[in-house]
Amino acid sequence: MEFLNFSFLGSYYSFFLQGAYVTVLLAIISVIAGTILGVLLTLMRRSKIKVVRWISIAYVEFIRGTPLLAQVYLVYVGLPMLLQLNIPDFTTGAIALTIHASAYISETMRSGIEAVPYGQSEAARSLGMNSRRTMLDIILPQAFKNILPALGNQFIGNIKDSSLVSVIGIAELMYETTTVRGTTALGLEPIIVCSLIYLVLTLTLTRLLTFVERRLKSSDHR
Amino acid sequence: MITVKHLYKSFNSHEVLSDINCTIHDGEVIVIIGPSGSGKSTLLRCLNLLETPTQGSIIIDGQDITDRKVNIDQVREKMGMVFQQFNLFPHKTVIKNICHAPIRVRKMKRGDAEQQGMDLLSKVGLREKKDVYPITLSGGQQQRIAIARALAMQPTAMLFDEPTSALDPEMVSEVLAVIKDLAKEGMTMVIVTHEMGFAKEVGDRIIFMDGGQIVEENTPEELFRHPQHARTQNFLSKILH
Ligand SMILES: Nc1ncnc2c1ncn2[C@@H]1O[C@H](COP(=O)(O)OP(=O)(O)OP(=O)(O)O)[C@@H](O)[C@H]1O
Ligand SMILES: [Mg+2]
Repeated sequence: MEFLNFSFLGSYYSFFLQGAYVTVLLAIISVIAGTILGVLLTLMRRSKIKVVRWISIAYVEFIRGTPLLAQVYLVYVGLPMLLQLNIPDFTTGAIALTIHASAYISETMRSGIEAVPYGQSEAARSLGMNSRRTMLDIILPQAFKNILPALGNQFIGNIKDSSLVSVIGIAELMYETTTVRGTTALGLEPIIVCSLIYLVLTLTLTRLLTFVERRLKSSDHR
Repeated sequence: MITVKHLYKSFNSHEVLSDINCTIHDGEVIVIIGPSGSGKSTLLRCLNLLETPTQGSIIIDGQDITDRKVNIDQVREKMGMVFQQFNLFPHKTVIKNICHAPIRVRKMKRGDAEQQGMDLLSKVGLREKKDVYPITLSGGQQQRIAIARALAMQPTAMLFDEPTSALDPEMVSEVLAVIKDLAKEGMTMVIVTHEMGFAKEVGDRIIFMDGGQIVEENTPEELFRHPQHARTQNFLSKILH
């Protein structure tokens, strides 16, 4: 082990902390925005209008069938051209990750909605609630509770996925690691540190999630 | 008054109701009996358009609700429904289950809706359960809450689809008692049930269905004592012994 040299940490640790902060920030933004977009996609998927349904299906299929890296470049290059706007890199990265997550979340949401017994919607409709109100007040809250664990896993996935936006120069953990590797001329050690930080983040979140899930379960039997 | 005229209902090509005709007067309690699969639930669910009739009309107080221009939600507001499986909203407390639709649909003030909710809870004997979640309640209690929830919309008629079939035997009577009270108050009701004693006691008229048709309808005394049709006799002899 003597050939591994971690003495660089003394002067470079703040790079990793700063990077980890941006990574977590990206994951939080993309899971929240991705959930909102995902719910919208699910509702579109259930629309009575064929074109709307079709758009939702095409979107989800495209995202799930192409690599995230390609999507990151598509957004990075394509979006400013499309909008004729200069978009800050961080925003671009957050948008790409959100778009990516939303497709998966919409599929999760769909199964969450399907898991709500049909009798719930019948009961709501029989009380005179229209289909929109039934969805918003009765079905979605229960669907959310169903998919909360899956959303947590999505969040953990987003933490790892966000490493890919380093390619467009967003200073998250992976990017900072590359910077440290360049300046210290150390090949392996910074990557080891970076991996351990990802591991600590994901493990902590997994534990937290298990705890929240258990709390939720027990609240069912209050 | 509810008048059903030449009502047909098919699922795909499977005809489940054929040429149903009946009239339900205000304040009347109609009990529908019949073997499994005879179309009792489907008929009941057509009355509040949870199922869309294939053909025929359902006229409620002069309005044909099968007309496409009719606002279905407004029809359903006036027609309370109680399900076999209760279908309470598990993410809402008892009082919120009861008050949600009055506040959101009828635009009642929260205070008024809660006042009304508490009155209804007293009526079904569950005032002290106001703030608990449905999961903590027994089946009989859940069904009484479901009845209160339907009543909170101040319906002009109530539909019951086997309200006691999912209950443990010792809980049946508490639910039937609530329905009997409603009958005494003059609520118009259509009840599908397998409880023949209850049918006799509470029904003004019994409808016997078989194979998607109304085979026979009569007062409880007549229908149970002198069934006219062989199919009715056959069904009653099976169920009463
Ligand atoms: N949504 C549906 N799709 C297809 N077939 C259906 C549907 N609902 C009911 N049916 C069929 O219609 C027939 C009548 O069903 P219905 O539920 O009205 O009978 P029922 O008299 O209420 O029976 P039970 O006493 O078992 O509740 C049955 O053959 C049933 O399989
Ligand atoms: Mg039935």
